[in-house]
Amino acid sequence: ELKQNVYSIKNVVLKDEEEFTDILEERRCTTDLGYALRTFNPQPYKGAPSSSTSDLKKAVLESQYLRYIIALETGSSVEKVRQEARGILEEMSHNLQLGFIRLMAYTVNKVFKRLFRSIYVNMEGLNMLQQAIQESPVILMPNHRSYVDFLIVSFILFTYDIPIPVIAAGIPLASMKVVGEILRRSGAFFIRRAIGSDKLYWAVLSEYVRTIVRTGCAPLEFYVEGFRSRTLKSVVPKLGMMDMVLEPYFKGEVFDITLVPISISYDRVVEESLLALELLGVPKPKESTTGLFKASRVLQEDYGCMHVNFGRPLSVRQLCEGKINRSEYNLIPRDLPQRPSTEIQDCVNWVAHLIVRTQEEGSLISPWSLMACLLLQAPITTLTEEGLQWHGLTEKTLWLRKLVLDFRGRLNWPDSDVMSSTVALHHSIVHHKAGRVCLVQDGDPASQDPLSPEEGVMRTAAAVLMLVSYRNQALHVFVRPGILATAIHITKSTQKDELFSFFCFLRDVFANEFIFIPGRASQDFDEACSLLQKCGAVHMSEQEVTVLETGLEVLSFLQKLLQPFLDSYQLIFRYLCENGAHVFTEKQFLPAVQNLATKLILSGDLHTFEVLSSDTQKNVLSALRRLEAVTKLRNEYKVNKAAVRRTGDILCKIICDIPVKIKLLFCVRLENFVLFFTLLSLK
Amino acid sequence: MCHTFPALTSDRSSRICSLLYKHGSSMASNSSGSDSSDRQRIAQQRLSVIAGHLQRPVEGNSGILAAECKAQGDKLDVSSERRTVPRRRQEIMKWNGWGYSDSKFLYNKKGQAEFTGKRYRLSGMIIPGLREWMESTFGANLQHKTPAAPILNSSAVQPPTLNEAFLKELKSTGIPFSHDAEDRVFRSHGHCLHEIFALREGKIGRVPDLVVWPNCHNDVVKIVELACKHNVCLMPYGGGTSVSSALECPPEETRSIVSLDTSQMNRILWIDEKNLTAHVEAGIVGQDLERLLNESGYCTGHEPDSMEFSSLGGWVATRASGMKKNIYGNIEDLVVHIKMVTPQGVIEKSCQGPRMSTGPDVHHFIMGSEGTLGVVTEVTMKIRPMPEYQKYGSVVFPNFEMGVACLREVARQRCAPASIRLMDNEQFKFGHALKPQVSSIFTSFLDGLKKFYITKFKGFDPNRLCVATLLFEGDREKVLQHEKQVYDIAAKFGGLAAGEDNGQRGYMLTFVIAYLRDLGMDYYVIGESFETSVPWDRVLDICRNVKARIVRECKDKGVQFPPLSTCRVTQTYDAGACVYFYFAFNYRGLSDPVHVYEQVEHAAREEILANGGSLSHHHGVGKLRKEWMRETISSVGMGMLRSVKDYVDPNNIFGNRNLL
Repeated sequence: ELKQNVYSIKNVVLKDEEEFTDILEERRCTTDLGYALRTFNPQPYKGAPSSSTSDLKKAVLESQYLRYIIALETGSSVEKVRQEARGILEEMSHNLQLGFIRLMAYTVNKVFKRLFRSIYVNMEGLNMLQQAIQESPVILMPNHRSYVDFLIVSFILFTYDIPIPVIAAGIPLASMKVVGEILRRSGAFFIRRAIGSDKLYWAVLSEYVRTIVRTGCAPLEFYVEGFRSRTLKSVVPKLGMMDMVLEPYFKGEVFDITLVPISISYDRVVEESLLALELLGVPKPKESTTGLFKASRVLQEDYGCMHVNFGRPLSVRQLCEGKINRSEYNLIPRDLPQRPSTEIQDCVNWVAHLIVRTQEEGSLISPWSLMACLLLQAPITTLTEEGLQWHGLTEKTLWLRKLVLDFRGRLNWPDSDVMSSTVALHHSIVHHKAGRVCLVQDGDPASQDPLSPEEGVMRTAAAVLMLVSYRNQALHVFVRPGILATAIHITKSTQKDELFSFFCFLRDVFANEFIFIPGRASQDFDEACSLLQKCGAVHMSEQEVTVLETGLEVLSFLQKLLQPFLDSYQLIFRYLCENGAHVFTEKQFLPAVQNLATKLILSGDLHTFEVLSSDTQKNVLSALRRLEAVTKLRNEYKVNKAAVRRTGDILCKIICDIPVKIKLLFCVRLENFVLFFTLLSLK
Repeated sequence: MCHTFPALTSDRSSRICSLLYKHGSSMASNSSGSDSSDRQRIAQQRLSVIAGHLQRPVEGNSGILAAECKAQGDKLDVSSERRTVPRRRQEIMKWNGWGYSDSKFLYNKKGQAEFTGKRYRLSGMIIPGLREWMESTFGANLQHKTPAAPILNSSAVQPPTLNEAFLKELKSTGIPFSHDAEDRVFRSHGHCLHEIFALREGKIGRVPDLVVWPNCHNDVVKIVELACKHNVCLMPYGGGTSVSSALECPPEETRSIVSLDTSQMNRILWIDEKNLTAHVEAGIVGQDLERLLNESGYCTGHEPDSMEFSSLGGWVATRASGMKKNIYGNIEDLVVHIKMVTPQGVIEKSCQGPRMSTGPDVHHFIMGSEGTLGVVTEVTMKIRPMPEYQKYGSVVFPNFEMGVACLREVARQRCAPASIRLMDNEQFKFGHALKPQVSSIFTSFLDGLKKFYITKFKGFDPNRLCVATLLFEGDREKVLQHEKQVYDIAAKFGGLAAGEDNGQRGYMLTFVIAYLRDLGMDYYVIGESFETSVPWDRVLDICRNVKARIVRECKDKGVQFPPLSTCRVTQTYDAGACVYFYFAFNYRGLSDPVHVYEQVEHAAREEILANGGSLSHHHGVGKLRKEWMRETISSVGMGMLRSVKDYVDPNNIFGNRNLL
């Protein structure tokens, strides 16, 4: 039971029958100091021994596992290796202290009151979390869209008397003067970015993480996406940490583990402009304390509201039931490392994807995201020059709102004066004047030095990519029906099985772009069908999907929504086949694609700026690697020529107008690729 | 020294007997008179100790049973007069519950729990704490009764399917048999929860069509020959204490099923004092075997929890384990020679060498064969002189983790006492609830003081502490030395010695717990125990996870009250331990409690296997755990067992369908 007598629920916003409470409202009525010094008396996990951070470190260093790994490290003396392990652990360890939690709470509270109008939290989720924490070790899994959310969960848990988590953070944070240490004492532990094949480091890290989970000494918080999403779109989950976290369950060291997906949504993201620049190749500033102070001008701005949605706790035991056989761990001493079977690996991958999907489902879509969807479908010149009609935009936004509701999306739709206040909030991206909305472009338009055409493209791209990132926040609602709409558009087929196979193909190609839970293609397809049917876009029968007259608007919206992805992928495929070298590094690849794209944009042959984003470019590479059309050896990517020769002849007979090099892509999933390109070329 | 000579069956053994019976008795008789009276004294003491619960053995009623086999011998088997198990089990035992008819728990008019009869230490005593424990643990209530059907309704029993030709030839052999409904029902079940539950409701399924009581090995040979000739299904029956559905008649069996009850093959044929072995008929039950050997100053030391009723043949057929295996070994360590009658003939080894390298040990096809290959008729077993001194003990640990760590250390140092068992907190409380009414204020005062010392002074949390019970055996001096060693180890793990009483009560609990289940079943509580063996590094995990799984499954399956889910570590080995789980719940509000129970037990077994536990440590597989055999021993392993079965019993005469 939460101490609601202390923090009474006021300002309740009803959304989908879930109550969100503004936790800042209470904060604004009491003194910050009083709040920071409040009694903090959480109910920990019942099986947890009260252990200090030094106990934790000791347990890790003395573990059988680490001893085994240390003994394996040849080349230097055992004592030296142990010393090294100790060093790694020192660098890594958190040093959670209540005093610093109070300091953190005090500071964060001050900052958040400045930045945000409100921070909404769903109390029911918090209640369930509090319950779950007492029953088994809990893993808090928020999405990561902004630096701001690094301590938000700790801040909320402190406020509601729930044990403070230890948080996995990137090592650059640790090197920030003072701040690094404050974070460490607020529960952060630090992981190096490129661990590579450093076995000792892996061993120390994994034993550290497993010990935290095994003992349940504190909830563990980590970002399953691995890093902050620069595109505000969910990132395909990373599995290293997930593996470590789940292993104690697989090995029977704990009865169960509870995963709590947390969805954090922003009306406006603090680092929005930095993100776009970074995606265009302007390097991100190194995390530093001075940088943090310089960034203090962001405190002057209004960032609207923040929503923190604590998802329903998920039992790992229930998730894995029937998927894995834990007895594979029976024949090797448990303390020794064991390579998990593909069954286990698949399960971990599945769980990680499920969590990210759940985060997506739990996040709230703002009116601004919907407007961004629509703005991006207008011709770019309209946006940059005469502007889009305000009236039309608001009408269409309301239409889209209904579609989102049909698609079971969660909306954050304040009651009064939504549209203009939204646009006002995002004055850095668009401005609304004389019944029209225009894109704001950085830099002084009255500048004496005219920009080169290429610079002009980049300037527009920066603005567009900002818009894109807000569109991305809504994308998860539209992706499945969108892919079906695309399939219908491209194949012009009404046959369900045909559409399904094309749907699967697109789902496969874009698996690095959007989150699809592995092995659920047919559920995804069914979901897409039922949503399109529900909004009246199609009619479904046993064998057929027929487009309805009334559905053209929806289908065209959805198809246009995904068009930039198709265009981007197609362009990069073309680049690889026609222009690219057979062997290249990422450093060569990214600017080359950008150059080509810039040229094509200037010549009017390419209508999307998204291909300029390094994120898109990297995703295409990953997709091709996954499809085994490109291989990676150390830093080099290699296009598979042998496959071309093997398959070239056959392919020539099927499609003739595609350059030979492109056919290398067909070596895997042959039919799908053939189909894809055939249809694209027919279009 | 005069010894009674049991009847002998084969020429060879009778020669051995007449010449060598009681090998080394000359040595014994060389010893002085005081020595022999010492022996007597020890024997007396031993008798009183053996399964401390047996106050008085049942006086004989079996003289009348002497049949041909026994008549063949030159001398009367006097000792058989005091055998426990009569042909008509119903004369002394319950038909729908555990043990003797005269012994049971009940709530008297004052609402106090009481244990009836005169056989056990607890008999005739009031157990004041039991009611409150039952009410608080299960939410049981004396107002809510679920009484059992009072008498066996013979008309509910299907008429027997008799194989007339078989019957005719059987009659001519003179071997006793019966197709009386009661006799058949008694041999149609073991003591699984679902079996007893059904009987209490008066529900009777497929039962054997005929019961035969061979008196000796040769009788068995004849019966098996006839069964093969007439294609009759044979199901060996020993003590009937199976908890693996091993005695359930396969419903798909269409042949006439004959239950081969070995209980009348219960003689010790000879004792060899030079080699310290005894040759025993396989139908003898544990308590008789120990008692008779004790009279000669010996023991086997094999004491499974079911030893009052389980039989030697049953131990061999299921790979039984005894409480004191640390000194005496499990059944596979105790057996020197086995004789088994199979459809292909009799299997036995040609000598009694203590160890052989003659290919895979054929004994290991027999041990654990669960009645699928034949009937074990005679066994030569190791015996030991009775221990001079026996001492119980107990240690309280602040928590279960410390207790397990202590047991592990004891095993590492290979200094385990005859028995060492670690009960978890729930079982500790349970044991406490079973304390009989104390006679003096002083005792209760002392108890209070002890409790105060442990919980307040030593800071043990009463909801976390757990207790290990110990039993030491051997020379007095060595026992005391051994005791010190063990207590010193315990002290390193925060253990405090908690007295002999607690230890002894722990072991008593073993024998009465089966009776307690019947009491529970009178009040909506059903339960069962099951066991596993597991490597040391997984003991804590398996205990925690299986207990938690039981609780969760009960909740998921709609059980209205929290279940009792508890465990104890009952045996230590070099590389692991045996863990015993008890699980019981109040089934009020459930429409099909047995089904729920079975689902939970199934889930618990899955959990055991997932955590690296074995399918069974000593209960066996039967039909209850068959489904996991393949994953347990691999497909090749299954094929090996299958091919043995196919060779030994191609027509599936021993058709109980256990194991495979």
